[in-house]
Amino acid sequence: MRYIEPHAHMVSRTMDDYQAMAMAGCRAICEPAFWAGFDRSSVAGFYDYFCQLTEHEPKRAARYHIAHYSWICINPKEAEDPQFAREVINIIPEFLKQENVLGVGEIGLNKNSKNEAAIFEEQVQLALDHNQLILIHTPHLEDKFKGTKLTIDMLRQFGDIDPGRVMIDHVEEHTIKMVLDAGFWGGITLYPESKCTPPRAVDMLERYGDSNRLWMNSACDWGVSDPLALPKAILELRKRGFDEATIDRFVYQNPVKFMQQSGIRFLPDA
Amino acid sequence: MVELYFMDARSKLIDIAAFMDRVERSGETGDYRYREFVKALAALDAPDRAEGVLNLLSDPSEGPLEQAGAGPAVGAYNKD
Ligand SMILES: [Zn+2]
Repeated sequence: MRYIEPHAHMVSRTMDDYQAMAMAGCRAICEPAFWAGFDRSSVAGFYDYFCQLTEHEPKRAARYHIAHYSWICINPKEAEDPQFAREVINIIPEFLKQENVLGVGEIGLNKNSKNEAAIFEEQVQLALDHNQLILIHTPHLEDKFKGTKLTIDMLRQFGDIDPGRVMIDHVEEHTIKMVLDAGFWGGITLYPESKCTPPRAVDMLERYGDSNRLWMNSACDWGVSDPLALPKAILELRKRGFDEATIDRFVYQNPVKFMQQSGIRFLPDA
Repeated sequence: MVELYFMDARSKLIDIAAFMDRVERSGETGDYRYREFVKALAALDAPDRAEGVLNLLSDPSEGPLEQAGAGPAVGAYNKD
């Protein structure tokens, strides 16, 4: 069955993972810029990473006939030094012009600090100034509820923002409703221990899937995570009696619909 | 639903019971994470349990912090 992996950190994965995803039906992978597991020491470190995302990784994906797109930003974990973060933000616009870049992301909060909030707002403005889509990371575990609320409150301060062009990722049962009620898109992340299991993801799709503003992703990265989490969730949807057309809407058409708003050529066969 | 998920849920319930026994034997019931875990069990008594558990394990404060705290999130918020 065809599907799109709308959030995966493939720079941390091997070719075996690309092969397995291709065999499972993956047509496109969207890769947000994020934290490498350690803080980078220079703007040049970010420049190289953005080149890896936009030039090198698409070539690896192409070997298995998977289209590869990326999101560019400085992540919240490295936003605690605002002056450094602003130097990184200065190099982002040249990457936003590229034909395989979807927008600004994954920006957001991590520990809900004032510096994170300031850098988040500056990158929202950057996205608006360049007419870009926005992908938002919400904090982990005990910080998620507060962080999601703060994020929505900050977004509301931007009068000219279209919530239909903003994806708020890593929603769970206690945050999904506030995200959808505010008109944003929501991402359900299938990640061991700290996020969502396939049965819980299907519970949320049962309750909120008709919004047509949800997608699922694995967010697979350098941590213990599963690049095949999405095909496993497809099996779960089948077990729960969803028909193939509805499953296709959740795992293919919804992400295509969101991504095509970027204005770049995104899988024209959808 | 019961046919589909009972065995899995049963296994997880026994895991929770065994975890609580283990913490008790190791004398760590005073750890705030464990105390918040036990409090979160109260959410099982009402509908919307998953949401309830997540809320009880969340930071209830409002407004951004002056500085990001050190270390990663741990999964429970010390409300005492
Ligand atoms: Zn991510």
